[in-house]
Amino acid sequence: MTPQAITIRGLTKAFGRNAVLRGVDLDLPAGQVTVLMGANGAGKSTLVKVLCGVHAADAGEVRLDGAPFAPAGPAAALRSGVVTVHQNINDGVVPDLDVASNLLLDSLADGAGLFLNRRQMREDARRIAAAVGLEIDVTRPVAGLPLADRQLVAIARAMARRPRLLILDEPTSSLSLAEAQRLFALVDRLRAVGVAILYISHRMSDIRRLADRIVSMRDGQVSGLFEGQSLDYSGAVRAMLGHEITEVDISIPPRGPAMLQATGLRLKPEARAFDLTLHRNEVVAITGLVGSGKSALAAALFGLEPPVAGTLQLDGQPYRPANPGQAVASGVFLAAKDRLINAVIPGFDIQQNLTLPFTARHAGPLSLIRRAAERAAAERAIAAMGVVCQGPRDGILTLSGGNQQKVVVGRWMAEASRLLILDEPFQGVDIQARRDIGRRIRDSAETRATLVLCAEIDEALEVADRILVMSEHTVVGDHRNENIDLALLMAQVSGAAEQTKEPA
Amino acid sequence: MKPLSPTELAIRYGFLVLMAGLIIVFSVLKPAFLSPQSGVFILQSVAITGILALGVTATLVVDGFDLSIGAVATSAMMLSAYVMVIWEMGALSAVLLCLAMGAVVGLVNGLLIVKMRVPDLLATLGMMFLLVGLQRIPTQGNSISTGMVLADGRTAEGSFAPEFLMLGRHRIDFILPDLVPLSVVVLVVIAVLTWVFLELTRHGRVMYAIGSNAQAAALAGINVARYRVLAYVISGVMASIGGILLSARLGRGDVASGNNLLLDSVAAALIGFAVLGAAKPNAFGTAIGALFVGILLQGLTMLNAPYYTQDFIKGAVLVVALVFTFALSGRAGRSRT
Repeated sequence: MTPQAITIRGLTKAFGRNAVLRGVDLDLPAGQVTVLMGANGAGKSTLVKVLCGVHAADAGEVRLDGAPFAPAGPAAALRSGVVTVHQNINDGVVPDLDVASNLLLDSLADGAGLFLNRRQMREDARRIAAAVGLEIDVTRPVAGLPLADRQLVAIARAMARRPRLLILDEPTSSLSLAEAQRLFALVDRLRAVGVAILYISHRMSDIRRLADRIVSMRDGQVSGLFEGQSLDYSGAVRAMLGHEITEVDISIPPRGPAMLQATGLRLKPEARAFDLTLHRNEVVAITGLVGSGKSALAAALFGLEPPVAGTLQLDGQPYRPANPGQAVASGVFLAAKDRLINAVIPGFDIQQNLTLPFTARHAGPLSLIRRAAERAAAERAIAAMGVVCQGPRDGILTLSGGNQQKVVVGRWMAEASRLLILDEPFQGVDIQARRDIGRRIRDSAETRATLVLCAEIDEALEVADRILVMSEHTVVGDHRNENIDLALLMAQVSGAAEQTKEPA
Repeated sequence: MKPLSPTELAIRYGFLVLMAGLIIVFSVLKPAFLSPQSGVFILQSVAITGILALGVTATLVVDGFDLSIGAVATSAMMLSAYVMVIWEMGALSAVLLCLAMGAVVGLVNGLLIVKMRVPDLLATLGMMFLLVGLQRIPTQGNSISTGMVLADGRTAEGSFAPEFLMLGRHRIDFILPDLVPLSVVVLVVIAVLTWVFLELTRHGRVMYAIGSNAQAAALAGINVARYRVLAYVISGVMASIGGILLSARLGRGDVASGNNLLLDSVAAALIGFAVLGAAKPNAFGTAIGALFVGILLQGLTMLNAPYYTQDFIKGAVLVVALVFTFALSGRAGRSRT
């Protein structure tokens, strides 16, 4: 029986009315790597922030080695032995300082004495670096180091604290394969000396390499715990993405002629090339984990980032957009994900947000906007999408999240398109808004090809005629949304269908 | 329409009430303040800074900033004098060359910011220094006027064209004979055009979208870089118009004038944020802001307040206006990156 480094019981945390953690129970044993999986919004990062002292929990108990643990802040968590290496590596290092200063940053921050003892610092720094197998000239500035070394510096600095729990938040997301191997070797060493490790990642290859146990989170709760000799990876993915049988009946209409044809499309130099055909009067959903290449595909189709290789044809014509403006002019629209960053114009009202991409359609001589035409278009879109608001001149930020989402999705349905791409159109909306948006997508799909990108399989099942699965920047599965083999779909999402390629 | 709360009322109309109060106080203390001549004098005093402020408003709308406007204006002044006095060309050539110079400077500013990724404040600050020096190189730092001795010993024979001087000095009969200076007419026309452009055309709409969320605007298919450059070109052209009026008023290329143009016009544009609770750059607010500064200075002048109190008062007004905009309206200031 391994001792539990951390035990968490009934942990809850809400931001305003939004309950993010809804009773988390979790044990993290010493000397084991626990992988935490969860879709966006499942509560992973909030859980991490509670553990590393950024947020205080509303209720529940955390025990560290049997003693109650409620850090007052990040510094207190560090002193107690909970160390976090964040996803954004530069959060963990000060680029302008040299390696030695970075390694000793914590003692510099709360140490006594006015002057620095350079030689002493260098010796201490070398000792700390050696402890994690980092061979490096400690006088070099961190800014000149490759990403992987910066990350090792951040980890080495953390390890100097002799932590009980090390939290690694998507540590390999910007590392090359060889760099990741170095990191894995380090994780192995730390595991051997009895550190509890909480490893957050979506990369199945990482998870297979490291995991002793897998914990899936969904909707602020632990939805699955997997341990033992052979881990059930597909089960973990299913627990993370969830699947209740949804009550939406999809009747698949006959599909029209091909609208978009991609041949030999390669989204990353090392990714496998794939073909893709999208038809008129067909709603295709693409599902896959974060980083599986869904957004890269959208970027290629919308002219944001040209593909590494491959050709595109739109309605039989060669299609090679150099920027979003050209894509829109060709009739390819993208409703981007993360609406507050990529879609909402906070200074604008509902009407102006709705008509933003197509102001030219509502402009008369001298580019003067025809107010009546614009207002009529806005009112049509509000009615079609079922946006709940006082009127089209309300500020966009006065709307609830679901209604904001209806506006930024409705923006792209107000005009006829040839290919409409919707990247996570159901992000952060309640079930009612999700149904409204889904119905509107299907009802208007006749004249165009529609591509919906969503990580949640339920959402794909609710909206699509055909579901494609992406993994490692290529398409690995193609299912007609009728008596779907969910086990196979899950296996493809988790990359298990290709397990032979990757020795564990 | 639901009734506005007192705070909302204060945010929306506070500044206009303050301005009305100011006019009443000055009129009571000095009845002459209310005369048409005094009103026209105020407009004339703010004509040049008002035009510059409208230009800088265009850059503020796309979440940029143009610090080079003052230098562009004085460069246009020196250029017009050089063209007419030393090259002995006519008024039209002078005006066209100045406008072209303003457009080119704006284009360079825009490309520095958009293509070279120099932060807007730094790019236009650099341009400001560059122009302040450049405008004095051809005359070795001397002012330009008819009869001046050139470096090669010749005397400058050319002179300011009368049509050109009219721009700064001519007055139009309006109610009273010789009442309204041409420069005020130019200001009003430009203010109306800027307002129409920013509020009523799709280009203005798109520029506001860029200022509010550039990333979302780009993903809506808008060519963000092109509109950013356009904003700096507008700003440069407006500043050169201001410089032309300054030159026409002075009748010489005076190296010592135009020092306050930058700060006064930036102040007017920022005060404009507070007018009608807009909390964003806007042409109407900028015009009111310029007028406000003009009224204040004219009133203080008539009350014989010493000159050094004027900068102090201007600064105080600006601080109050910014508090109106950012604190009272409770909206976060637009983040600069």
